[in-house]
Amino acid sequence: MAVVSLRNVGKVYPPQAKDGASVTAIADVSLDVEAGDIYGIIGYSGAGKSTLVRLVNALERSTSGEIWVNGQNIAALRERDLRQVRLGIGMIFQQFNLLGSRTVARNVAYPLEVAGHPKEQRAARVAELLDFVGLSDKAGSFPDQLSGGQKQRVGIARALATQPSILLADEATSALDPETTHEVLALLKRVNAEFGVTIIVITHEMDVIQTIATKVAVMDQGRVIERGPVFDVFSNPQAAASARFVSTVVKGIPSPDELAVLRERHAGRIVTLAFRDSAVDQKAVFGEFSSAGVAFEVVYGGINEIQGRPFGHLTLALTGLDPLIDQVLAHIRTLTTVTEVR
Amino acid sequence: MDALIDLLPELWTATYETLYIVALTLFFGGLGGLLVGLGLYLTRAGSILENKPLFFVLNLLVNFIRPIPFIIFLAAAQPLARAVTGSGIGNNAIIFTIALAASFAMARIVEQNLLTVTPGVIDAARSVGAGPIRIIFTVLLPEALGPLILGYTFIFVALVDMSAVAGYVGGGGLGNFALLYGYRQFNPIVTWAAVLLIIVLVQFVQFFGNYLARKALRR
Repeated sequence: MAVVSLRNVGKVYPPQAKDGASVTAIADVSLDVEAGDIYGIIGYSGAGKSTLVRLVNALERSTSGEIWVNGQNIAALRERDLRQVRLGIGMIFQQFNLLGSRTVARNVAYPLEVAGHPKEQRAARVAELLDFVGLSDKAGSFPDQLSGGQKQRVGIARALATQPSILLADEATSALDPETTHEVLALLKRVNAEFGVTIIVITHEMDVIQTIATKVAVMDQGRVIERGPVFDVFSNPQAAASARFVSTVVKGIPSPDELAVLRERHAGRIVTLAFRDSAVDQKAVFGEFSSAGVAFEVVYGGINEIQGRPFGHLTLALTGLDPLIDQVLAHIRTLTTVTEVR
Repeated sequence: MDALIDLLPELWTATYETLYIVALTLFFGGLGGLLVGLGLYLTRAGSILENKPLFFVLNLLVNFIRPIPFIIFLAAAQPLARAVTGSGIGNNAIIFTIALAASFAMARIVEQNLLTVTPGVIDAARSVGAGPIRIIFTVLLPEALGPLILGYTFIFVALVDMSAVAGYVGGGGLGNFALLYGYRQFNPIVTWAAVLLIIVLVQFVQFFGNYLARKALRR
């Protein structure tokens, strides 16, 4: 069942100046996030992904369409009624947004105060949450005494305080170094696995998607231009923007610039072979070259793994007689996709 | 010097009057400034209670009153002071006038200090379901507390200054004392005694304000 369901959602900002143009941040987005998903939304700055996630807990209001959260169309609710809805949706932020005037423990307790939990219950819940994020010893510290990674772990503890079923992560790791990023992502994975919390992750880093997401939507200029299981989008991106994102973590077909560099160093014909899952048998492919007497050298690319499934592109420089190479490639085309790059 | 010794009882009375006037104007002016400042902050574009017409009116009002030199404001606001306190002169009238002027000066300081609170923490509070009133008391004021204390310390000094000026229109206090017994009777030692007391008072309050602000900011 979809816990978050967007139907033709739009967000248009009115013109800033009198004769200025209105700005469309989100245009006609429909999206379904199923319970238990870790749904990644990726896009460049200004693609509208942060606005989109802020529509899900109505920090910003949509100007058209329906936003169903846990079976309620929140686009139709008034601000006062939204407060109840928000207790069921946790949110973490790029800049952590902890209250500097409160200790770690009192930051985590904040949503419980808002929800009206009695004091004794709050203390027990805060202790439990700090233990979960591994910061029990920092309960009395103030946010400015913590590292970035620790701050985000407090942010996660705070977001989970009222046991929400949905967690929104708005560029939650963009201000962190790579190692801390992976710690925080590992923690989010645990949140998903241990508490069954559905997570929507906004990011501009494909690496984040690769590490934790099960599904991904690619946004460009306020629209979702591609979506699907992460493996499918990574191994076979359809839109140009998606392919660019994939290429930031996975080398695909060499670009013209890269090809020029390869050409300088390698004689012969250059072909890119796609390997996807176990459907393509690498041994069989390379066996073809060997048995035909075509010499090959791997010059570009790599094999990656997403959720235990390997995929990737390998670019080879082939040396041998042209007809022979044509013959071999014809054979290999029956096994996998071959792109000859010139 | 002998003149000063003879005037000591009057000096202590004047000191007490200054403290009295400043304490009451700090309370009423501070409260008024907090309310108007919060009003400016909350109704500005993009804030949690955005209200363009109200912001426009408040902003215009503050900009209208603030540039008026205080000594002129004292005279201009006299009919209003008379209507509210029953008299155009005396301590009650000048407490009213100073509190009114201080409200608008303080409003800008409060607004500026609230603007230093990162919008993100307000988003965080909204995201857990906090409403505007709760955000004011649990996020805005606590997060801006350090600068607000410094702002109130700053306005305290301005209040001492204003209370001295108000000596001209029949307000009591050290300003009136310095004018009456020092300046008009060509007795600079008496004037300087009053000035010294004002300096000591201001120094003490500034130290105290800095100390509180440091505690609030934990540095």
